[in-house]
Amino acid sequence: MVTLKKDPLNLIITGVGGQGNVLASQLIGNALVAKGYFVTIGETYGASQRGGPVMSHVRISEKTQCAPLIPEGKSDVILGLEPMETIRIIGPYGNPNILVVTNSRPIYPLDVTVGNTKYPDWKVIRAVIAELSQKAYFVDATEMAMNLGTPILANIIMVGALVALKVLPLNREDILGVLQETFSTQKLEINIKALELGIETINNKNN
Amino acid sequence: MSIVNLDAPGRTVLMMGNEATARGALEAGVMVATAYPGTPSSEIIGSLAEVAKEREIYVEWSVNEKVALEVAAAASMAGLRAITAMKQNGLNVACDYLFTLGLTGVKGGIVLVVCDDPASHSSSNEEDTRAFARMGDFPLLEPTTFQEAKDMTIYALELSEELRTVVILRGVTRISHARGNVKLGELPKDHRKPYFDTSSPFTYSPMVQKHSLLHEKLNKAKERFETSPFNSYEGPEKPDLMVIASGTGIFYSREAVTLMGLEDQVGILKLGTTWPLPDRFLGKHLARTQKIMFVEEVDPFLESNVKEVWADLAPILEIGPRTFYGKRSGHIPIVGELTTDRVIEGLKKALDEVYEPCDPNYSRRAKEVTKEFVSDRALGFCPGCPHRASYWAIKNALKLDDREGFLTPDIGCYALARTASGFFLSKTGGAMGSGTGLACGFGKLQEFGFDQSVISVCGDSTFFHAVMPALVNAQYNKSNFVMCILDNSATAMTGFQPHPGVGTSAMGDPAPILDIEAICRAMGAKVEVKDPFDLKDTTETITRLFQDREGVKVLILKRKCALLKAKGEKPPYKIHIALENCVGQDCGCNQLCTRIFRCPGIIWDTETKKAKVDEVICVGCGVCTDICPNSAIIKEET
Repeated sequence: MVTLKKDPLNLIITGVGGQGNVLASQLIGNALVAKGYFVTIGETYGASQRGGPVMSHVRISEKTQCAPLIPEGKSDVILGLEPMETIRIIGPYGNPNILVVTNSRPIYPLDVTVGNTKYPDWKVIRAVIAELSQKAYFVDATEMAMNLGTPILANIIMVGALVALKVLPLNREDILGVLQETFSTQKLEINIKALELGIETINNKNN
Repeated sequence: MSIVNLDAPGRTVLMMGNEATARGALEAGVMVATAYPGTPSSEIIGSLAEVAKEREIYVEWSVNEKVALEVAAAASMAGLRAITAMKQNGLNVACDYLFTLGLTGVKGGIVLVVCDDPASHSSSNEEDTRAFARMGDFPLLEPTTFQEAKDMTIYALELSEELRTVVILRGVTRISHARGNVKLGELPKDHRKPYFDTSSPFTYSPMVQKHSLLHEKLNKAKERFETSPFNSYEGPEKPDLMVIASGTGIFYSREAVTLMGLEDQVGILKLGTTWPLPDRFLGKHLARTQKIMFVEEVDPFLESNVKEVWADLAPILEIGPRTFYGKRSGHIPIVGELTTDRVIEGLKKALDEVYEPCDPNYSRRAKEVTKEFVSDRALGFCPGCPHRASYWAIKNALKLDDREGFLTPDIGCYALARTASGFFLSKTGGAMGSGTGLACGFGKLQEFGFDQSVISVCGDSTFFHAVMPALVNAQYNKSNFVMCILDNSATAMTGFQPHPGVGTSAMGDPAPILDIEAICRAMGAKVEVKDPFDLKDTTETITRLFQDREGVKVLILKRKCALLKAKGEKPPYKIHIALENCVGQDCGCNQLCTRIFRCPGIIWDTETKKAKVDEVICVGCGVCTDICPNSAIIKEET
């Protein structure tokens, strides 16, 4: 078990219902428990099956089972499956040391689609996320997933991106292991592809 | 292989609180498990259903929580171990029999798991069910960790069997739906053989004697709890302040103390057995300090009951006056769910401490940005949801009817009729079955000159759970209203559990289909069945039914839930906007498709100022093509 830089290490995975947020948190959680860590995942998804904000608080510790909710200002990493949701989380849980990796593709809230409010401009989103984080990465995960055949793979691409950032005590093989336990043979290949794509994207950005 | 059935004693796995409870039930040899689905409890019985055949146990989705308890109780009376699980509203339904069951007693261990929903993430109320344990004289356990969710389930079944009474295990959303580490135990190999011993019947007479026996059982439970490993103290020998907490309150208190650096000043008394309270154990710890703070969800249950213990013990143990902080003093909020931050606020006030989570300038800016750029995500129906179509038709029919008609809703996804997505149609709120019960009442006011049209809605699963008696009442008492059954072939909101109308059992076996239409006809109601996606026909039908002012008119709107459909079928249509037909903001429709119809699959393009289909979201149901006054929304068969 690799010693954590900070204990507990707090990750928030955020997105919109239907994006596979809960699956992403489970993959990460299962991989970490297999390595001997205490993992606590608190999921907030409310009443809506789809379209509402969904956040998973993932807390990693060598010593103890943590509270299922991260206190204000105490998130270390945000994995955003949707850009507005990423900003929503930075508000209460951000701090000057936070690392952010977010999907760039918006899912418009009903108030935006109906024309009551505007979705913020992409440049503005980038600027405020960069301003409020120590380091921010933007990934076109939905577009990449659609190129693979289905937008739902964006969550796995984002998990790949997170792994490549090396902030969690997890590597590519750890996630491959849980993917193999989670998916049927016919779905496994495409999910591995998505994972590799996410890893590659970050490695290219960092080179 | 389901994790709940993983035969790997000693291995630590990640489990949802509900799965941990299910695992505990299996390790304790439970042979019968029952429930009506209800968030956040559904996965307990759901995960047992998945492994029922392998484990050779019986698992059922019961028609409602009271019947679920009765089926589990029968297993117990025949000597088997049983579990029944429900949400807080479910316990309200089950409690009539529960209180009798307390008096008659049980035989095989039986645990009633109730999962409360503080902050009402997915509920129609915010209720603290711990009061039922006190009211009905049942031992009560509250897990904090996921490991405890498993271990306490096993202990509850053992205690129940020993004392021959029901034991209540109370969880909350943040444990039931959270995940954490659980170390697996052994799964039993042997099964018991059920036998009902007619020489020791389960009756409630003589009543007062049985009630007295129940209190004897409760006293025995209290003795066990005095030394229970589920209760413990952590912190300095003589703290400045002692927190008394249960459930999630333990986690939040621990973290608050750590973040504030108060480890040398604040102690935490963890209570896992919360009714009856172990008073000698409490007395020992109440002597530690003068300041006591209660941290619990939702009601001041420990707060009131521990004070009662203190009042009894203070003169005997010579523990002097205490200052109690909690919900009554305003240090801890009296409604909503707890968080570490809420506990920090309480401790700050009680101990006059300061705490900043991070640089205040950063926090201020982060909150400003969020306020400026983040919009609410209003609850809405899924793309392709039949309820949107049904409500569109009901909305238009009520308008055509023009008698200030209104809708009484029920519990399910369609309760969104209270919001813009359901066109603000619903004007009442209720419990399972209340939509029809209320409509039945309004429909009787005709005799006093009441002429407003009333339409109730319920779902297919709800129909079986609690609507049938309301329909019987309406039919028998000749009430006048339209009763709309939104039959989407699913218990959609809780995760697609089968119900008596769908033809499969919890364990995946074929089951007789109880035909809702035939049931309504057998009751003598007038019944019609329509497809809600045919907006014109549905609207005309409802308008016609409003004209008929005699008796109950049942309209079954039948269409499979869009999420259920998405699982097995490809989209029937590909939708696009014919830009030459969409005249945008110059059209008199005032953005009818996006602003009013509110399907997330159609978005308003602020650049072209015309409607646009979001191909990631749209599921191709095609209903929107019938609402555009200029026929600009086009469907092509796929």
